[in-house]
Amino acid sequence: MDRLKQRELLHLLEEDSRMSAEQIGKMIGEPTEVVEQTIAALEAEKVIVKYPALVNWERVDDHPYVNAMIDVKVTPKRDVGFDEVAERICRFPEVKAVYLMSGASYDLSIILEGKTMKEVATFVSQKLSTLDSVVSTATHFILKRYKHDGIELEDRDEDHRMVVTP
Amino acid sequence: MSTQVKVKNRLSNTVQSLKPSGIRRFFDLAASMEGVISLGVGEPDFVTPWRMREASISSLERGHTAYTSNAGMLPLRVEIQKYLEERFSVSYHPETEILVTVGASEAIDIALRAILDPGDEVLVVEPCYVSYEPVIRLAGGVPVFLKTTMENEFKLTPQELETHITARTKAIIFCYPNNPTGGTMTAEEWKTLLPIIEKHDLMVISDEIYAELTYGRMHDSIAALPGMKDRTILISGFSKAFAMTGWRLGYVCASPDLLAGMLKIHQYTMLCAPTMAQMAALEALRHGRSDMERMIESYRQRRNYVVDGFRQIGLTCHEPDGAFYAFPSVASTGFSSSEFAEKLLMEEKVAVVPGDVFGESGQGHIRCSYATSMEQLKKALERMERLMGRLS
Repeated sequence: MDRLKQRELLHLLEEDSRMSAEQIGKMIGEPTEVVEQTIAALEAEKVIVKYPALVNWERVDDHPYVNAMIDVKVTPKRDVGFDEVAERICRFPEVKAVYLMSGASYDLSIILEGKTMKEVATFVSQKLSTLDSVVSTATHFILKRYKHDGIELEDRDEDHRMVVTP
Repeated sequence: MSTQVKVKNRLSNTVQSLKPSGIRRFFDLAASMEGVISLGVGEPDFVTPWRMREASISSLERGHTAYTSNAGMLPLRVEIQKYLEERFSVSYHPETEILVTVGASEAIDIALRAILDPGDEVLVVEPCYVSYEPVIRLAGGVPVFLKTTMENEFKLTPQELETHITARTKAIIFCYPNNPTGGTMTAEEWKTLLPIIEKHDLMVISDEIYAELTYGRMHDSIAALPGMKDRTILISGFSKAFAMTGWRLGYVCASPDLLAGMLKIHQYTMLCAPTMAQMAALEALRHGRSDMERMIESYRQRRNYVVDGFRQIGLTCHEPDGAFYAFPSVASTGFSSSEFAEKLLMEEKVAVVPGDVFGESGQGHIRCSYATSMEQLKKALERMERLMGRLS
């Protein structure tokens, strides 16, 4: 499959990961088997990493999560820079994302998920701040998610068009 | 108290003789039903990209609420010139050869009114958009229909063109990529028609509203061919490519003398196209191309899906190379277009448009718009398959 079609396939899966290989094949004009092989190859190469559902937890009544964004200032180490401490932080399962930032007064941006504010606070004070290279932290709690991974969570996609038009 | 004024014929003969649009009846029927999946919509299923909406809102905030020049804002005409040159290799001067209109619909109207004298014949390539015939009649002209068929992939052939030309033939009007068939014409195919057009000194009204929606290659404008710019009136707009139907913004390009004629009608009847819509269009041409390309990719994928689907359930369907319509034949079922469309609506709640609404040569076909979500298209195909199963 050529690169353009492969990119098209990735866009389709990114939009709807449950789309069948047969349907993708029809849409991009490739046989089902070729689509299946390409997807398998992309999975093996870790281009496609996982097929998660985007859950709007705000809609689940007693949803048990609080999310926080934490700015972390660290001292980089010779030879490994920020990687060593970033990888250490990644290992905690409650850490959902870790980014190295430019242009900020901090170095790492972390997204953390906990069951309560206390749990988040405990993680910051006992696990994160105590790491050798961590100089300081600032914790911001997320109040509401409006858009995530390019999807507007409360978007109402009603069709305002008339039923039949010329 | 008012007294009833007695005038024998309150409506003109011309207006009385116009047939109401065949789509209307179907719309009323479909609109009254619940749970209908509609493949009958002739407009994009995308909302106008936010970039354009925001540009228009911002222009209102800054107070751009006055008239623009009759021909439209010059910066917009300059962008149209650059865009047409870059995309379709046609070159028009922004100050004397481009006029911004209230949708391509107005452009069609003023083009016909500018060139027709009573009794002039206009060749209309059908199946075609529903407005050509009535607008020709309102301009005093006489429509003469040229047929295209599925066997010819709904392309106009030199034979069909030549047989209908008379001493009164003034112009020919067509829309490629075509609504309702999805048919297109390549430069090579246009070239087979040029000797006839030149020999009979015809004017050409080329409705290119679907130009951007050409799949697998670039659209070929007839105006780009040698010697054609001068006799061609090129019409396009923002509705289809940029998902801006409700903004009502189009444009017409022609040589200065023709454009001056159209401008006269436009300035007396319309004054200028809405300023806030022009602002959105300016943004569309300057920064909206990537939004447009995303939408076009999505139409192409859905086209591939539905055409394959129609063929699998036993409907003959040519591969439409443009627009967002498939035009499968229902002849194998033994029903007429309207009978089939009505059955499909009443029994399976899928709305399509009977092909004969677009002219006699559309008989035996149905127009299915694939500008609707994949989920809806899937369901519609399932329902159509059920109906086809019962009919076979």
